[in-house]
This record gives sequence, C-alpha cells and structure tokens, in this order.
Amino acid sequence: MRWIWIDKFIEFDSGRRARAIKNISLAEEHLHDHFPGYPVMPNSLIAEGLAQTGGLLVGEVNQFQEKVILAKIPKAVFHFPALPGDQLIYTATIEQLDAAGGRVAATSHVGERLQAEMEIVFAHLRDADRTKRLFEPKNFVFTMKLLGVFDVGRSRDGTRIQEPPGLASIKAAPGHDCSR
Amino acid sequence: MPTKEEVYEKIRTALVDALGVDEDEVTPDATLIGDLGAESIDFLDIVFRLEKAFDIKVPRAELFPEDILTSPQYVKDGKVTPEGVAKLRERMPFADLSKFEKNPVVKDFANQLTVRDMCRYVESKVALTG
Repeated sequence: MRWIWIDKFIEFDSGRRARAIKNISLAEEHLHDHFPGYPVMPNSLIAEGLAQTGGLLVGEVNQFQEKVILAKIPKAVFHFPALPGDQLIYTATIEQLDAAGGRVAATSHVGERLQAEMEIVFAHLRDADRTKRLFEPKNFVFTMKLLGVFDVGRSRDGTRIQEPPGLASIKAAPGHDCSR
Repeated sequence: MPTKEEVYEKIRTALVDALGVDEDEVTPDATLIGDLGAESIDFLDIVFRLEKAFDIKVPRAELFPEDILTSPQYVKDGKVTPEGVAKLRERMPFADLSKFEKNPVVKDFANQLTVRDMCRYVESKVALTG
C-alpha cells in the first residue's frame, strides 16, 4: 500500500498554489470499516491528502532540498461527509514561506461546495544526516511524476516545470511511501 | 500604525488561534509555555501569525536565542554565565530577565517569555501611535 492520498494534480503553480483530485471509490477497503454500512471518507485521510498537496507544493520551492514535515494543523473544519463517488478537489495555497517552514491554507471541494478547510504549518527539518536517510529528493520527484505535476506544473516564470532528465530510469527507493 | 492596545489585541488573537486557549487566559503575565501550553512547534505558528498580523519580519534568533543558550562560551554547567545573560539582554531588550537572572538554568529559559514580553517585542518592531 502506498501512502498517497491524492490521485493527481490538476494545477501546480510553483511556490503559489496547487490543486489536486481525490476520487473516492467503494473499492477502497478502509471505507468498509469507516463505517460498516455507512461508508464515508475519513476526515483524517482528507487532512492527509490536503497536507500532501500542500507539502509537495512547499517542498518543490527548494527542489526538495529542504525536508518538509507536517508540523501542525491549527485549524480544520469539515462541513459535510465525503462519500463514495465524490470527487474531492484539494486546493493548497502558500500563505507564508521562509527558512524555518511554511504556512498553507487548504480547502476541499465537492463540485462548488466547500467540504473542508484547513490551515497547515510545515517545518523544514534540520537534522541533515537523518533527513538524508529519510527523504531522498528523487523520491519526491518520482511522486511528482506519478501524480502528474509535470503535465500541469508551471514555474514562477510561467514556463512548464520540467521533468528532470533520466527520471524514467529512477525507481523509488524501497520503503518510499510518503509524498510529504 | 497600531496603538499599544491594538498590538495587544492582535497578539491575543494570534495566541488564541495558535494555542486554542481562551481569550481570558491570555494575560500580560502569562508565560507562553507554562501558562498557555505552547510547545516548540507552536512558536513557528505564532511567528507566522505575528508576521502576517503586523507585516513584520521576525528573525527566529531574536525571540529564541538558541545560539547563545547552546554556546559553551556562554553556558557553564547548565547555567548561563553573567556574560551570557548580558548577551541575552542585549539580544532581547524587550524581555524581563530579572527572575531568570537569579538562577539562570538554561532549561528554564524557554519558560521566561510572557505575553507582555511578546507585546514589547512587537512594539519595538512597529511604530506605535497614541
């Protein structure tokens, strides 16, 4: 199982905003436990999807050289449950970003309806040796490709975000299962 | 340009939102860690909120002088030396360090910062009116 809780990016405006899709399917095993007879997408996994959308956006600013971790969710409001068949549109907008971390405003919509809204604080992890073992930049780039960032991504100057040469030959490292 | 009251109000709002405390818990004498329950990661959140609310830049070392508190030059046997305390005063003129100075144990430093200190810090960064 891969810990990826978005299906693909539909917009990736480097350093500013990203939008991603999460399709909810009854084939997802966890829906049958949450809850038996009344399947709803767990809000914790919606929070994770929003954090992955925002985390990749924040990490890409420095080409994943800064290791971005989810530090805190100061605010999370869920307006109604997300159900099988719903398509969630996650939008993450960078509000503030500096050497210590970043602050992202995120929303989830079903169609035009605001389903959830969150504030997310990301921190840049400082322990260089440990982070090198935990987070290889190539893994993030691999995830970016998987999620279609290179199909829709735009750099700050408006040009397409380019796929790094040789990416096709890179395989994600064993244990790679996190998009943040 | 804000008044002192406006600075206090905005800081209170920032702390209420960041720490999930009630407004009446945020008093000038309240310490951020001991009384309001702030953890280290909350300071990142608080700093972001202050920067946004007041349109200022908050260099981390001005509020959290880790470089001094971890320096062998200024710390001996877990306590900040008089030279180190002087350095802290120079770095943090807004903070009341009189209590800390009596027994300057490094691990107690984090609990020195009060809401009043934070107000003074912001006041030093913005031009006040009134």
